[in-house]
Amino acid sequence: MNAAVVVFLKEVRENLRDRRTVINTLVTGPLFAPLMFVLLINALVTRELEKAERPLPLPVVGAEHAPNLVEALRQQNVEIKPGPADPERAVREQDADVVLRIPPRFAEAWARGEPAEVELVYDESQREAGGSVGRLRALLEHYGERGGALRLLARGLSPNVIKPLTIAARDQSTPQSRSGNLFAMLPYFFILGGFIGGMALAIDTTAGERERQSLEPLLANPVPRWQVLVGKLGATTVFALTAVLLSILAFSLVGQLLPTEKIGMSLEIGPRFVATTLFAMLPLAVLLAALQTLVAAFAKSYREAQTYVSLLMFVPVIPTLLLSILPLKTQPWMYAVPLMSQQVVITRLLRGDLVPAPGLLASFACTALAALLACVVTARIYRSERLAISA
Amino acid sequence: MIEVTDLHKTFGRVIAVDGVSFRARDGEITGLLGPNGAGKTTTLRCLYTLMRLDRGEVRVDGIDAAVDPVAVRRRLGVLPDARGLYKRLTARENIAYFGRLHGLDEATIRARSDAAIAALDMAEFADRRAEGFSQGQRVKTAIARALVHDPTNVILDEPTNGLDVMATRAMRGFLKRLKAEGRCVLFSSHIMQEVAALCDRIVVIAKGRVVADESPEALRAQTGAANLEDAFVQLIGSEEGLAA
Repeated sequence: MNAAVVVFLKEVRENLRDRRTVINTLVTGPLFAPLMFVLLINALVTRELEKAERPLPLPVVGAEHAPNLVEALRQQNVEIKPGPADPERAVREQDADVVLRIPPRFAEAWARGEPAEVELVYDESQREAGGSVGRLRALLEHYGERGGALRLLARGLSPNVIKPLTIAARDQSTPQSRSGNLFAMLPYFFILGGFIGGMALAIDTTAGERERQSLEPLLANPVPRWQVLVGKLGATTVFALTAVLLSILAFSLVGQLLPTEKIGMSLEIGPRFVATTLFAMLPLAVLLAALQTLVAAFAKSYREAQTYVSLLMFVPVIPTLLLSILPLKTQPWMYAVPLMSQQVVITRLLRGDLVPAPGLLASFACTALAALLACVVTARIYRSERLAISA
Repeated sequence: MIEVTDLHKTFGRVIAVDGVSFRARDGEITGLLGPNGAGKTTTLRCLYTLMRLDRGEVRVDGIDAAVDPVAVRRRLGVLPDARGLYKRLTARENIAYFGRLHGLDEATIRARSDAAIAALDMAEFADRRAEGFSQGQRVKTAIARALVHDPTNVILDEPTNGLDVMATRAMRGFLKRLKAEGRCVLFSSHIMQEVAALCDRIVVIAKGRVVADESPEALRAQTGAANLEDAFVQLIGSEEGLAA
C-alpha cells in the first residue's frame, strides 16, 4: 500500500477516536453556525411579520383637536392611546415608537383650507421604530390626499389636476433573490465550517505530533516526507469537506423551517445547490487545509499553533465583509479570487441566479492552483530539519 | 554495518559534531559513550538521515546516506530520543502502522508483531490503547515498532533512559539477543556500567570529537586506569556531565 494512504488512514482512524475532535469538527463546527443563523433569521422574520399585522399603538397628544383624523386612524387598525405628558422624553426612553401631536390650531387651519400641521415625534436612530413611523406617515399622507381630493371636487375640479405623475413600481426581484440578500452571510458559515473541520487535524498532525514526540520516529521510516505530508493533508481535507457537507445538509434541512414565504421569499436548497456548492468548496477545503498545516508547522508548540490557526480564521471574513459592505456588482475577475469566488458562487445560487459555467470552472481552477501552491510551500517546510526536532 | 567518516554538523555558530568517524560492525554491540551535550544524539540523527551532514559521509551496508536516504532508513531500526506513541492507538496498532509504512503485508506484520510481543513480554498490554502506558511499556512498544521490518542495523538513543532496574536488565538482555542474531547494534549512553557490561566496542565522544574507539579492555589498557570510569574521566578531561 502507498505510504501516503497508510498515513491518511491512520490519521483518520486516530482522530475519529478522539471524542473532542469529532464533536468539535463534525458536530459543533458545521451544525452550530447554520443553526444559529437560522434561529436568528427566524426570530427576525417572525418579529417583522408580527409588527406588520399588529394594531399600531399610537399615543396621541391633543386628540380632541382633530376628532375626524383620529377616527380615520382608528379605522385603519391604529390603537389610539392617551398622549404622554412629555412626548420627546417618552420617545427617547423608548416608551413609545412614535407619538402624534396635534396642535390646538389644527381645526382652525383645516377649516380655513390652510395646511394643517401635525407633529410626528420619533427617534430616527431607533431602528425598531422605523416600521411604525413609516406606517403612520403613510396613513397620514393618505388622509391628507383624500382631504385634498374632496376639496378639489367641491370646486368642480378633477383630483387628477394635482397628480401630474403616477409611479408604477415594477420590482424585478424574485422571491429567491430577495432571500439571497437575507442570506448573504451564509457562504461565510460554510467556509467557516470547513475551516473548523480541518483545524483540529491540521494542528494535531503537525505541531501536536511533534509535541508528543512521535514525529521523529515517524520520519525515521523509509518514506519520503512529501508522502507523509500528502497523507496528513488528505486527512485534514477530508475532515474539512465532511464538515462543509454536514453544514450544507444541516442548513438545507433547517432552512425548510424558515417562514420565508410569508415575507415573499423562497429558499431552494435542492441537490443542484448541494452539488454545486460542494464542487466550489472542494479546492477551497484543500487550500484551507494546506494553509492551516503550513501555519501549524511553523509553530513551535501546540499552543502556539492554536493561536496562529485561530488568527488565520479571520482571513475568510475579508471577502464576505467586502461584498456585504460594498454593493459590488459581480465582476468576472471575482471568479478568479479564492474565497471571494466561493462567496460569489454560493450567493448567486441562493439568489436563484445562473452561475456561468466558465466562472465556476475558473473558481475551481484558480482555487486549486492556490491550494497547490500552498501545498508546495508546506512541503518545503516539511523538508526542513527543524520540523522534526521536538526539544 | 554502519560506517561514519569525518562527520561535521553545526547549528548556527554552535559546533555540535566536529569530525566524528567510527565503524559499527554486524554481530557486535557498539556503544557511543559521552557526557550530556557531547554530540551523541546529533550523530545518531545524522545516521538515520533526520539531519543533513555539513561534511563527511555516512554509509549503511555500503549505501551512501546522502545518495539514497530512503534505502538507508529501510535498513535501520531506530529508537530515537523522542519515542512518543500514538495514544489513541493500541500497542499493536502502533506497531502495525510502522509495518505498513515499511510496505510489509498484513500477514508479515501480524507474525512480526506476535514475535515482538512475545520477545518483549508485552502480551498483557498489547491490545490496550497507549494512553496511560508506563515508561517501560512505552519503550517496549517503541522498540517493537522500530524493529517490525526486521532490520540488520539497530540504532538506539539512550535506550535505558527512564527505565527502572528490572526494565533496564530486560533491555540489556534484548540488546544481547539482537547481537546474537547477527545484527549491528549501535546505542548511545552516558552510563559507563551499561556500556562496559554490553559493548564489544566503545566509541567515546566528547565535545563533538571521538576521543577513543577501542574494546573495553583496550580502553583500560590504553589509559592505564584500573576501571572504566577512571578511564572515561581521563579521556574526556573532566567529570562534567557524568551523572549516571
